Amino acid sequence: MAVDSLAGNAAVVAGGEMVTLEVFRYRPEEETEPVYQAYEVPVHKDWVVLDALNHIKDHLDGTLSFRWSCRMGVCGSCGMMVNGDATLTCATFVESLLPGPIRVGPLENFPVVRDLIIEMNDFMEKLESVKPWIIRDEEKSLEDGAYLQTPAQLADFKQFSMCINCLLCYAACPVYGLEPSFTGPAVIALAQRYNLDSRDQGAGERNAILNTDEGIWQCTLVGECSVVCPKDVDPAAAIQRYKVSSTLQWYQKLLMPWSGK
Amino acid sequence: MSANPQHTPYHPRWYRASMPIFWWMRRWIHARFILRELTSIFVAGYALVYLLQLRALGLGPEAYARFLDLLRSPLSISLHGVSLVFVIYHSITWFNLAPRALALRIGDRRVPDKVIAGLNFVAWISISAALAWVTLKG
Repeated sequence: MAVDSLAGNAAVVAGGEMVTLEVFRYRPEEETEPVYQAYEVPVHKDWVVLDALNHIKDHLDGTLSFRWSCRMGVCGSCGMMVNGDATLTCATFVESLLPGPIRVGPLENFPVVRDLIIEMNDFMEKLESVKPWIIRDEEKSLEDGAYLQTPAQLADFKQFSMCINCLLCYAACPVYGLEPSFTGPAVIALAQRYNLDSRDQGAGERNAILNTDEGIWQCTLVGECSVVCPKDVDPAAAIQRYKVSSTLQWYQKLLMPWSGK
Repeated sequence: MSANPQHTPYHPRWYRASMPIFWWMRRWIHARFILRELTSIFVAGYALVYLLQLRALGLGPEAYARFLDLLRSPLSISLHGVSLVFVIYHSITWFNLAPRALALRIGDRRVPDKVIAGLNFVAWISISAALAWVTLKG
């Protein structure tokens, strides 16, 4: 069978080498405090941490719960804390963490539903609140054709559009950990993605939510969001640029109240 | 919302870890961040000394001479030494972060981060050198 032969091809680094995975377990029906459970997993040269977790799920302990989907850094489902770092487990090789033990936990700063699964409604609600879609004062009619954009105009926001909502930036942000009301890195970056889009006219509406203490101004520029981002979105840059532009707007309003903006 | 999650029959109990007071001591990068935040106290200290110096200048030559004597005391010199280290750290981290806040474009091309940070450093060093030359030559 094709699947079996694929599994058989996985190259073993050293004959029968094993590594210990210490995995965060929280089973609300069984325990009030989480515990770390150790599993012995074979070392394969081409295994990422997600492969090791799937090995546990398939062969050692079917009760372990975690989210994953694409296995190639696109879906943003498998973000976890690996040895304290917020990372996509599909993009972190076991070999790079030897000799172990490798500690795997759920993303920090979020409530844990079960084992490695976090509750992310807070993020989804914040994301919706900044209206991450193109807002027009008046829609063009179909006969008028598409909204054209130059490559330079695309380049203005493209970087911020690469976000895959993996929430690593929230897990890495101590401000969000201390103040859960903070809008947070990815949401602000995605709001900027639309603010900087030449086709969009909704910056004013988003500003009401973002130019507040809980919006951009709670950010103290720790910068970790940009360090952990697997897509080089650089949310820290998005927030700082937003701070600069809203400060300029404030001065413009103060010095030229007739400017109307 | 999840700050105070509402439990439902499907989510009987959620586990929420609270951040310990010394969260910033667990990782070097966070400790470095807190250190950067602390440097602002020393920057404020410098500003305060400068304001007191202006005040002494306004009070007349005797008061100003007394103030300068105070600045020459070993305590003051050692405090200034410590402050200098922190303020230099503050400046370096600040200028390194400048490209994050500035996205400059010349024509269609984005000015590279290193150029933005580099220009800040050049301006900082040359203005400092000019000020040092003006104040120390007399």
